[in-house]
Amino acid sequence: MILLWIIVLLMAGGILAWIAGRVNDMLPRWISLLVILAALAISVWLWMADPVTALTPKGPWIVHLRIPWIPQWGVGFDLALDGLSLLMLLLTFLLGALAVLVSWNEIYTKVGFFHFNLLWVLAGITGVFLTMDLFLFYFFWEVMLIPMYFLIGIWGHENRIYAAYKFFIFTQASGLLMLLSILSLYFIHGSQTGVYTFNYFELLGTSFSPAVGMWLMFGFLAAFLVKLPVVPFHSWLPDAHSQAPTAGSVILAGLLLKTGAYGLLRFVLPFFPDAAQEFAPWAMLLGVIGILYGAVLAYSQTDLKRLVAYTSVSHMGFVILGVFAFNELALQGVVMQMITHGLSTGALFILAGFLYDRIHTRNIEKMGGFWATAPKMGVIALVFVMASLGLPGLGNFIAEFLTLIGSWQANNWLTVFATIGIVLATAYSLRILKKVYYGRNLTDHLIHDLSAREMLIMVPMVVLLLWLGLFPQTVIETVAPSINEQLQAYRNVPEKRTLSLEQPKSITQPLDSLSQPKPEGGAYGLK
Amino acid sequence: MENLIWLIPALPLFGATLLILFGLKMPRLLVPVIGAGSVGISALLTIRLGIQFLSDGAAMYEQQVWQWFSVAGLNPGVSFHVDALTMVFIFVITFVGFLIHLYAAEFMHEDEDYSRFFASMNLFVCAMLVLVMADNLVLLYLGWEGVGLCSFLLIGFWYREPANGYAARKAFIITRVGDTAMAFALFLLFQHFGTLNIQEILTQAPQTWSVGSQTAVLVALLLVGGAVGKSAQLPLQTWLPDAMAGPSPVSALIHAATMVTAGVYLISRMYVLFELAPTAQMVVAFIGAATLLIAGFTALTQNDLKRVLAYSTISQIGYMFLALGVGAWSAAVFHFMIHAFFKALLFLGAGAVIMALHHEHDMFKMGGLRHKMPVVFWTFLIGSASLAAVPLISAGFYSKDQILWLGLAGERGSVILYIAALLGAFVTSIYTFRMVFITFYGEEKTHSSHMPGFWMKLPLVVLAILSLIGGFIELPHNFAHFTLFTNYLEPVLPVIVIDEGLSTIEWIFQIVAALVALAGIYIAYLFYLKKPELVQNIERSSFAMALHRFWYSGWGFDALYNTLFVKPYVYLSKLNKHDSIDLVYTGFANVTQWLNSLFTRTQTGMLRTYMLGVLVGAILVVTISLLL
Amino acid sequence: MNGVSMEAGLLLAAILFVLGLISVLIRRNVIFMLISVEIMLNAAGLAFIVAGMRWAQPDGQIMFIFILTMAAAEVSVGLALILQLYHQLKTLDSDAASRMKG
Repeated sequence: MILLWIIVLLMAGGILAWIAGRVNDMLPRWISLLVILAALAISVWLWMADPVTALTPKGPWIVHLRIPWIPQWGVGFDLALDGLSLLMLLLTFLLGALAVLVSWNEIYTKVGFFHFNLLWVLAGITGVFLTMDLFLFYFFWEVMLIPMYFLIGIWGHENRIYAAYKFFIFTQASGLLMLLSILSLYFIHGSQTGVYTFNYFELLGTSFSPAVGMWLMFGFLAAFLVKLPVVPFHSWLPDAHSQAPTAGSVILAGLLLKTGAYGLLRFVLPFFPDAAQEFAPWAMLLGVIGILYGAVLAYSQTDLKRLVAYTSVSHMGFVILGVFAFNELALQGVVMQMITHGLSTGALFILAGFLYDRIHTRNIEKMGGFWATAPKMGVIALVFVMASLGLPGLGNFIAEFLTLIGSWQANNWLTVFATIGIVLATAYSLRILKKVYYGRNLTDHLIHDLSAREMLIMVPMVVLLLWLGLFPQTVIETVAPSINEQLQAYRNVPEKRTLSLEQPKSITQPLDSLSQPKPEGGAYGLK
Repeated sequence: MENLIWLIPALPLFGATLLILFGLKMPRLLVPVIGAGSVGISALLTIRLGIQFLSDGAAMYEQQVWQWFSVAGLNPGVSFHVDALTMVFIFVITFVGFLIHLYAAEFMHEDEDYSRFFASMNLFVCAMLVLVMADNLVLLYLGWEGVGLCSFLLIGFWYREPANGYAARKAFIITRVGDTAMAFALFLLFQHFGTLNIQEILTQAPQTWSVGSQTAVLVALLLVGGAVGKSAQLPLQTWLPDAMAGPSPVSALIHAATMVTAGVYLISRMYVLFELAPTAQMVVAFIGAATLLIAGFTALTQNDLKRVLAYSTISQIGYMFLALGVGAWSAAVFHFMIHAFFKALLFLGAGAVIMALHHEHDMFKMGGLRHKMPVVFWTFLIGSASLAAVPLISAGFYSKDQILWLGLAGERGSVILYIAALLGAFVTSIYTFRMVFITFYGEEKTHSSHMPGFWMKLPLVVLAILSLIGGFIELPHNFAHFTLFTNYLEPVLPVIVIDEGLSTIEWIFQIVAALVALAGIYIAYLFYLKKPELVQNIERSSFAMALHRFWYSGWGFDALYNTLFVKPYVYLSKLNKHDSIDLVYTGFANVTQWLNSLFTRTQTGMLRTYMLGVLVGAILVVTISLLL
Repeated sequence: MNGVSMEAGLLLAAILFVLGLISVLIRRNVIFMLISVEIMLNAAGLAFIVAGMRWAQPDGQIMFIFILTMAAAEVSVGLALILQLYHQLKTLDSDAASRMKG
């Protein structure tokens, strides 16, 4: 029941904020902050109260809620929480709270309606992360779309209408393809078993011919790959990110993209194991192309927010690369990437917002030398720039390292190219630092250092990123049961796997015939 | 004591944290106290640990601070492994590091970003210590990247100058290229051994791979890739000369004594893999030989005092690589230690000179400083003697002579390597004393003021003493049976096998080496002090001019990489700045819009045309239904 | 009534219908267009009556009554629109009322 209350809390808070916005401007800000903090507190409590490691025997699910909704059609109001969704919820509310704080001094028009949209986006995202009913999933998928459209279209920058339309059309069109797949799945399952239901768990075992499976998977992939985004479908993202208000960019980059990754993990992997394996090399190729393409484009951007947007494209390439490697290392990396990318990219967008506040431009050619007057901002920017290039000690390194070492087991050559992406990441990340903070100040603005409110936003993110980089084990353990759950389907078909976690030696050929595979077992899990 | 190992890297980290958090607010005096103090305590702890290590005869100390992460068999810890090899490195890092911090306390005193400097330096010391103390490759990689970050921060320390920012970026990106190769090595090792613990890999590798196995060669070559990036060896050496944009203490600590030798550490730490991969080891030797020559000749033509030293660092690390390549593990590590002493000394001396001359880097605008700054002169001279390997009295002689000798007589040595090393030694002594003569002799060309004080002189003197006596702990076989250093490293690194036939005539090679060094000094004396017109005569010929230009530019590597990689990349990136994939979608939108404009033309607003449309439509429908 | 054949009746209806149609197309005065539409409606009604007579069913006449009602409603709305049009444009030319183009 607690899960339902989180969503209801957010939605009700949104309506309340809208109404309060008619009274004065401060009220909606406080209302949304408190609502999000309450939601955050609930999820932290869920995390603390029930250590996930303890409940592995009874499966990965921590809380499960089932209410029949439209029983004639087999639609239920099913919410469930496991380690993966719990972490995503924590990220959602953390970034949500930061988004409210960031907008504190940025949004002055229609404050009430702004916070209404903000809270409803968060509600939609929460729903997406929690729901275990495909009909409801589609519903929430759309719920997060429309308020986001308003956020970009009303409070965005100069080219906001174009960006908002583009965002809407891309996500809506791809979402409809997913709806087609959901419906087909529903009818196929119904005709096979006689039980017409949208329930995730019941649909899990559905079997179909390879061709049908492939097409259904493409329907789901369409939605998730556009959202992620993967390279040929990414072009909505730079526009949406650069035009959205800071809070919008934070939520887009930090959360909306993650729903795509989450969808891949939660739906594509367990529903279509055969099709996914067949498609895996192509998907990984797309990931690698994304990593390199995003990195190359990021290097030449002059709009700071656009630059960061392309880095997102590059980083999300790691997600799809890791998801389709089908092993625990890579998936742990992917989950870590979802969290750390949310934090680091969110923070870079916030910093871009702070700079926009001060000099009213996003053009990095007009910046420079800000370290002199804003050393605190410089240090904090340094941390996030380093995070974006994957410096060890910060969470992003764990994510990228695990992803790469996992995908190496699946495909050597693609991993080689993906790793080259890290060199390119160094180039574009350092470019941010060089253009903005190094050199001489060319503007006639004096850049103030971060205020107390701004420090309050940034410091927790720095601390979290360091914590994730140095003590990632808590997160890894929280998510391990659900990753094992998602990988279940892949362990029973060892002949198709490139790597089996139970077996010591990988099937990837050793490079020479001379080297003997180790006689005793336990390459993985040794020590 | 061995439970306190973690304190050695933790103290500088703590210092850095304090300085980052409160550096802007704390009194100026406290900054160097924290900065140098934390490293100093680490150095004391190291010495204490070293004494215990030598006295209780333990092979190693291990300590796990915490389990970093653990996924599917990959479970690196934040764990430290200290053995004889590590002890040498820790000692150099903390002790030389402490001296450089002391020096910097005075050198950087006028700088507005005093605390940022010490924060970065402390962070560097911590990362470097983690690098050498790590018991697994993931943690080593953390240190490896950490020192890269600090190097970036400190090269670009004077960030207002765009050239410095550029140099910093160049250093980071080029070393990152090497790091990527190293990452592949990690992936491969994990794939084959299921662990990244260094000791486990070293014990399992000989059981899994036979000598010369292709995988072993591949892994070793990839590790070399990482090592050449960090140690500025061919083909990734171009970043180090530009890195001289940083303050002189930085050059001394990072780009001479410690970080650039990380590659040497990596190879000697993973020596088992290299013994399994003779091809890769040979590559290391030849990279070393080629680098030491190229860098030596380049150093001969430089005008910037610090760039001469930078190229000489590249060249000296080339010697270490050569030694590693022929399997003279302990000779390489020995040369690392001695090099750290005298090269840090030279950089600090150069820093003192540059400060006295108001940031003048050009040697040809210096001169006559011999009497003005006697302490700096004498210590610099001692350092130069060590670099040029002046026979018997300098430490550099003992360490370099060993490499020369083992390059020939060692099991994997060869005449080519020996000749290269010998030629390198000759060039080294020429450029070293060219530098000394131009800088300290002749008449004064720039007015000097701002003489170094006590805190700058003290490190110079201490390092000078070490550069003199440091060599006596390891004497050539025919001098005396006194090989403390090799014996000390023996539990970790195997002793090289020597060609017995040659060892009877070792003295001939020693005399040759000594003569070569002295001849180089004489030539420098002749050309730059006695008869400077000789140089001008040579410079008149067009061939010499072209050669000079070629060497001066560092053998054209920068230009080559610019045309080969940087420019095409930037061009491609700029070309596609507006994302041509987007054209597909905007194209789609445009076609839709065009169709729309086409159809709106039919909307004339005239009732009668609509009626006509209805009529025509009706007729069409009727006709079609009749026909079908 | 037997004297008139169904063919003749339908022919008359068709002629009336075509006449109405042509005058809708060529007339520009809105009132005339309205009258022409009435003619077309009546032509259709005539066709219904003829058909009802042929099959001896009342349905044809019922349909005619429907058409009559509808025509009345149409005329009232149409005339109201014409009045508005005249007020706005000061003319009854239908071509002048083309503001909704493109």
